[in-house]
Amino acid sequence: MIEIRNMLFQYGEGDFRLDVPSLQVASGERVAVVGPSGSGKTTLLNLVAGIARPQSGDVVTVGQKLADLDDGATRNFRIRNIGLVFQEFELLEYLDVLDNVLLPYRINNSLELDSQVRQRAAELLKSVGIGHLRDRLPDHLSQGERQRVAVCRALLVKPPLLLADEPTGNLDPANKGRVLDILVDYAAANDATLVTVTHDSNLLSRFERVIDFSDFLGRAG
Amino acid sequence: MSGVLYLAWQYLAYNRWKTTILVGSIMLIIYLPVGLNVVVEQSGQHLNARAQATPLLVGAKGSPLELTLNTLYFSLDTPELTTFREATSIAESGLAEAIPMYVRFRSRSQPIIGTSFEYFAFRGLTLADGRMPALLGEAVLGATAAETLGVGVGDAVVSSPETAFDLAGIYPLKMNIVGVLEPSFTSDDNAIFVDVKTAWIIEGLGHGHQDLANPDASSAVLNRTADNIVANASLVQFNEITVDNIESFHFHGNLDGYPLTGVIAVPNDDKSGVILMGRYLDSEANNQNVRPRDVVEELLDTILTIQQFIVAAVFIVAVATIATAALVFLLSLRLRRREIDTIGKIGGGRWHVASMLLAEIVIVLVLGCVLAAGLTALTWRYGSAIIESVVMA
Repeated sequence: MIEIRNMLFQYGEGDFRLDVPSLQVASGERVAVVGPSGSGKTTLLNLVAGIARPQSGDVVTVGQKLADLDDGATRNFRIRNIGLVFQEFELLEYLDVLDNVLLPYRINNSLELDSQVRQRAAELLKSVGIGHLRDRLPDHLSQGERQRVAVCRALLVKPPLLLADEPTGNLDPANKGRVLDILVDYAAANDATLVTVTHDSNLLSRFERVIDFSDFLGRAG
Repeated sequence: MSGVLYLAWQYLAYNRWKTTILVGSIMLIIYLPVGLNVVVEQSGQHLNARAQATPLLVGAKGSPLELTLNTLYFSLDTPELTTFREATSIAESGLAEAIPMYVRFRSRSQPIIGTSFEYFAFRGLTLADGRMPALLGEAVLGATAAETLGVGVGDAVVSSPETAFDLAGIYPLKMNIVGVLEPSFTSDDNAIFVDVKTAWIIEGLGHGHQDLANPDASSAVLNRTADNIVANASLVQFNEITVDNIESFHFHGNLDGYPLTGVIAVPNDDKSGVILMGRYLDSEANNQNVRPRDVVEELLDTILTIQQFIVAAVFIVAVATIATAALVFLLSLRLRRREIDTIGKIGGGRWHVASMLLAEIVIVLVLGCVLAAGLTALTWRYGSAIIESVVMA
């Protein structure tokens, strides 16, 4: 599902260098990425998603070598194949819950918004226990509810790959478990790959493999 | 594309106060010069048409503008008063037809025009209903006046006192409506026309009361001599002219000395007009002669100059507003950096983000333009009425 070979990434002329000689994540695998702050965990997700591009080396995601795609094609590929979940939820404040979930269908022509998609969005919201909040604006939701909306947005296109950047970082213990359950259950039910960056060691037992980014620190500047 | 428009609309709706201010600003900077131009153009047409149709005005020396606005457009400002003698003099000169005008009183907001029968022929006014006034106390209404007051032939209108609390002032006179005019789309539509003598009765210069020779009125007699009867305050004065009391109405003194606000002079030919104008060149003369078209032209020149100043000021404000709006937009882009990044990370195309931002600008511009167009249409529709009310005030 994810294959990285001899990848080198550097932000401009800065000190930060991420050097990953080899990394593979199998299809359907649930992987936790841990490591100290600034070690490049988020950068890794960005590289796997095609949001950032390495200076050298190959990144293959969902069978697609990202270097072969131009910017537009990368965005089209990403929106159809990768579900992204962020620590800060990143909901649009002016859209209600349902519209936030439907956002991918409104910002890219490669997806077509129809009644089935709307129905699926409503069902997703119900399945995570916030179906009754579909008309609310994000300002009127709790942190846990917001993250569940963000997760529904990531799951709507039924992506084969989920990339979650500290999805539980801003949540209380009860919501942490709940959000992680949703992600893990989805991955299990759909044979999807889940890569989650986390600082929470209590959650590691939910993953099949843990990649410790401290391993790459020797190479990171 | 619909997704982009939807997102743009949702953003604008969520930030409704910011949107309202931007749309309002756009609307104003478009509407002010355009609406002003419509008003000026309509006022020019409105004022010019009537001025062109009125050859000469004669009135007491004073403001030519006040005389013109009062005589032609029935404005509230009463010019210096001339006398009926002036109308008689013009008529007797054989140079022009003289139409007396006494525009001083109102019935609610409608002006009461004391004039002669010739006025209707001169303005080409025709009846829609009823007949022309033939007796004292009879009135003919313009189409708008009848509609505004909600009256018609057979009803009555009452003159309004000049000052509500002046007990010694003019008492209201009830006038019977005998005709309603066809619309002429001029100031005449708003007016109530009566004979000039009726206007003098409204002023109290003519009046009717109980016959003191009648035994029934004996209690009103204060002193009676062989050739004079003095009445006391209980004498009943009539505030309506009827068939039964019309004979009692009378005027004291010589009518030539009675007041007029102006006289419309219609010269028999160009030469007569020039001769007539020459009569008023004497600096010692108490009256003046004005050509309404000259007065209105001067007024329009002044309005045009003011309009140019206003348009220049609006242009400067518009530049400042657009610069401010652009600044607000650029600042909002900085504030929305995270939102834009999120859309990009999820997979939104650059074109989509740019289109969304552009759509927001276009929607604001379109809303501003539509509202400005609506206001302009309203101004176009009601501009004449506004001008009318401004001139009459």
